[in-house]
Amino acid sequence: MNRTLLSLSGISKQFDGKTVLDELSLTIDDGEFITLLGPSGCGKTTLLRMMAGFELPDRGTVTLSGADITQTLPEHRPLNTVFQNYALFSHMSVFDNVAYGLKMEKRPKAEIRERVEEALAMVQLEDFARRKPHQLSGGQQQRVAIARAVVKRPKMLLLDEPLSALDYKLRRTMQVELKRLQRELGITFVFVTHDQEEALSMSDRIVVLKDGHIQQLGTPREVYERPANVFTARFVGQTNFFPGRVTRVEDGRISVDVFGLNRELSKPSFRVVMNQTLHVLLRPEDIRVLAPDDTEGVAGKIVERNYKGSTLDSVIELEDGSHVMASEFFDEDDPTFDYSIGERVRVSWVDGWEWLLAEEGDEPLTDEEELAADDAEH
Amino acid sequence: MRWLSRSYLALVYLLLYVPIVVLVVFSFNDSRTGYNWGGLSLRWYESLFNNHAMVQAMWNSLWLALTAATVSTMIGALTAVALHRYRFRGKRVLNGMLFVVMMSPEIVLAISLLGLFLLLGLKLGYVSLLLAHVTFCLPFVVITVLARLAGFDERLPEAARDLGASDFTMTRTVLIPVIMPALMAGWLLGFTLSMDDVVVSTFVSGPSYEILPLRIYSMVRVGLKPEVNALGTLLLVFSLVMLMVSQWILSRSKQ
Repeated sequence: MNRTLLSLSGISKQFDGKTVLDELSLTIDDGEFITLLGPSGCGKTTLLRMMAGFELPDRGTVTLSGADITQTLPEHRPLNTVFQNYALFSHMSVFDNVAYGLKMEKRPKAEIRERVEEALAMVQLEDFARRKPHQLSGGQQQRVAIARAVVKRPKMLLLDEPLSALDYKLRRTMQVELKRLQRELGITFVFVTHDQEEALSMSDRIVVLKDGHIQQLGTPREVYERPANVFTARFVGQTNFFPGRVTRVEDGRISVDVFGLNRELSKPSFRVVMNQTLHVLLRPEDIRVLAPDDTEGVAGKIVERNYKGSTLDSVIELEDGSHVMASEFFDEDDPTFDYSIGERVRVSWVDGWEWLLAEEGDEPLTDEEELAADDAEH
Repeated sequence: MRWLSRSYLALVYLLLYVPIVVLVVFSFNDSRTGYNWGGLSLRWYESLFNNHAMVQAMWNSLWLALTAATVSTMIGALTAVALHRYRFRGKRVLNGMLFVVMMSPEIVLAISLLGLFLLLGLKLGYVSLLLAHVTFCLPFVVITVLARLAGFDERLPEAARDLGASDFTMTRTVLIPVIMPALMAGWLLGFTLSMDDVVVSTFVSGPSYEILPLRIYSMVRVGLKPEVNALGTLLLVFSLVMLMVSQWILSRSKQ
């Protein structure tokens, strides 16, 4: 079922001596919606342009359905791109823009008309065929760009930050629209963005990139709930990093001291030894804010509150000066639920909702090493 | 204050246009001398068109301007695209040299071109004029096209390639239409420059190919003939038409 459509192996690329992609390998399955996510300069756009054929890798190969296309010119690749600023041909009407790719294939006129109309109907722009691009709004131009790219029925659609020029509300609408299109067309989408929220809500899989390396590859859930490293945890969503110290190691369980609280946690996949320090990660929505007279948790005081409509976001300063972000849903039974700045509270979380990360530099264990570590403990 | 600024403006325009108006009015003057009014007449236009050498010079000039503008637009457009698109050794030098041609005194260009043609043994006539005119029109075309290319979205050629166009097809269907207004503006600029050039042409033209500006120049040296007024009026109408055409093209391309 998960047939590989495109695979990149050992891709390296330098621009003016600066490494943009470093020995990167990635396989993309047929029909999936995969997102390349990362800060600017992480190499995500270069990677996409390499798939389209606008950049050639210094080393490595690109294969499409098993055929090597590393050196194939863009015009001969059965992939199409939606560009960041749409790159519509301003001297052509909407119809001619969409028809361009089919004209290049020298399709008969009747077929071109039919397919262009079909593509425009798909993006709800049937009535705009005669207009010029500059007579359309940003969102409409975006739709034309999408129609122009999908009209050729490519094996894969490459989208280079296609929504970044739109305002927030329109962006949400287009996100839903793109997902619908992808379902209807059944084409593989490779989507480039620096917006983690967009990546989480749209993708089947997310590739988190930094400095030309893949930091993590997984479903949105995996990336959000089980980040592979500190970078991913920080980049995707907001995270509290609590300093933890291992006080006991048993099979499958460890005890960790966090802010003087002794919590029993399940053993992580990396090597754990006594007295080791590690990161205990908690998303703001995992944090429980309790009354000051509660027996559980760590004492602190509210230093910031942010009303978000559906949630109440607050920042709590603990006694050691560290800050904790909390995000709580409004309780229907307690309409007066709110905090005032300076209010004393206690902070806790539900066991099992935390995620442990080794301090950076520690490599995740291979299976063999893990077995060896287990043996050593017995 | 208000009347002061208005009359100042009026004065500026008066100084600009009075000579032209005088020229146009006197081209219809029946009197032989240029100083007194002798009634309305078209006799100077008539004598102008009966002057075979003059008409021949007009056609020569038109043909020269047409070919010089076309050749320099073609070479200039290619130069501009190369300067814009590629990074190569000596690009800055090439770019700077265009400005040198544009900024250097015309007389220097004229002398050096004459020297070159004599050295090459080229017979002075149409070919030498064409080469000279292409030379001084070229930088203007390159700069006009470069300015247009500066605002050109680099993603457009990529989008065309992505949709299956070869480099050649992309140039034909995307690049040229987008820079078309600049090509036309450059062509018109070249045409006008060629049409009224005196300095360079004086040096590099020969007896076999007489052009209008030189003909006029030699005519007025022996005294201002009313025929010249008629000719000036015709040229004025011609440039106005050209100006209107260029404005029309520009406004259409902006839509």
